[in-house]
Amino acid sequence: MPYLELTDIGASYGSKPVLAGVSLSLERGEIASLIGPSGSGKSTVLRVLVGLLTPSGGSIRLDGKPIDVGNTATIRDLRRRFAIVFQQYNLFQNMSVLRNVMIAPLKVKHRPREECESEARRLLAQVGLGDKLHAYPDQLSGGQQQRVALARALALRPEVLLLDEVTSALDPELVAEVLDAIRLLAAEGMTMLIVSHEMGFVREVSSQVVFMADGRTVESGPPAQLLDNPRTPRARDFVGKILRH
Amino acid sequence: MFRALQQLHEFATSYNLLLLLEGGARTLVLSAAGCVCGFVLGFALAVLRHTAAGWLLPARILGVVYVEMFRRIPFLVTLFLVFYAFQALGLDVPVFWVAVASTCVIGTAYLSEVVRAGFAAVPRAEWDAAATMNFSLLQTLRFVVVPQAWRVVVPPAFAFFLSFIKDSALASQIGVVELTFVGKIFNNRGLMPAIAFGSVLIAYFVISYPLARLGARLEGRLALSRAH
Repeated sequence: MPYLELTDIGASYGSKPVLAGVSLSLERGEIASLIGPSGSGKSTVLRVLVGLLTPSGGSIRLDGKPIDVGNTATIRDLRRRFAIVFQQYNLFQNMSVLRNVMIAPLKVKHRPREECESEARRLLAQVGLGDKLHAYPDQLSGGQQQRVALARALALRPEVLLLDEVTSALDPELVAEVLDAIRLLAAEGMTMLIVSHEMGFVREVSSQVVFMADGRTVESGPPAQLLDNPRTPRARDFVGKILRH
Repeated sequence: MFRALQQLHEFATSYNLLLLLEGGARTLVLSAAGCVCGFVLGFALAVLRHTAAGWLLPARILGVVYVEMFRRIPFLVTLFLVFYAFQALGLDVPVFWVAVASTCVIGTAYLSEVVRAGFAAVPRAEWDAAATMNFSLLQTLRFVVVPQAWRVVVPPAFAFFLSFIKDSALASQIGVVELTFVGKIFNNRGLMPAIAFGSVLIAYFVISYPLARLGARLEGRLALSRAH
């Protein structure tokens, strides 16, 4: 039984349909990557999983149990298990780096302050920002902000980490530092669902790659198969365009 | 000229000054009450409009109707509306309290929009991040939104306060003895308009100017704290 199973998920922003049949399954400890052209709905899948968008159809099962997406308590439970890192970091601009990482464990999970602070310090050191604890987000580079966002997500002790194009907004020379931090998590066995355009990275860390187009999951498989020998024409076309250069 | 000097001498009695002081106090209390009460209720209204729960939808619609209506009705009309509303309810309320209730009604409508603009100034992305971390709406407001929004809220809220000091003159129309009414009393007593209304003019200035300076200082401090 897979840990997370999406079946035929549909969703729309207002009257504009964005997902029209997304199915995927994820095991504990697995790293799956969503790839596909811009506008294919990859990020939307992650937004559905953290309750920022309510699906209009399909089913989500977690540990075999169906999730009622209309239920506030269920959504809160989803958010306890899944932590998301956004493309634009979405750090709280009014808080120092340390407070950004501590705030949710302290105020939402009501853990003791000392514990929150020492864990935040440990996580920030882990992503290489042990010396930036008291800086504010607008004093940091994009790569540094994204690593703070990563530490903030980890401080929630999620079961699954959702990464939404976390390197897309970064200058090329800053991409590596963020990917290195993620590699470290992969090595620790963190379950992750990644939306990324970094094909080399996707190939390296993923156990499963899912190709999406026009709001649907078209094909999935191990990276070697999907990236080198896709079965469907659409995936072949996409991979051909991406890997050519 | 001689007459003016003579009148000025007649005018400068402790009784008249007391009347002026009382009128000034009423004007100030009227505007301040409208702003404080309006800010509290306006804030609550802005929060209400940010809720998502289905069962609050009728309240949200009422909130929108309230704000859009009272921002468009002239203050004088609101005064009469409140005045007759109290009468219709059979409540014998002094006109001063009718005026206070009216300034609260108007202040709530205007300041809820000011607060809402402040909320909107905080990027959607930060609201989203807070939501995915299971912050409640009130936690999101307290920890993330309000600390960033007040810079956007304070200047227009202060401008509203200052303009309201002038607008409250309309309360004289329902018989509240505030500054403008005091000017009319002086005038009716046969004082020349230059003295009757000149003294009122000075009183308005004495109230508004320090507040305007305070507002300017606050804004200056906001601009400074932005560049940390």
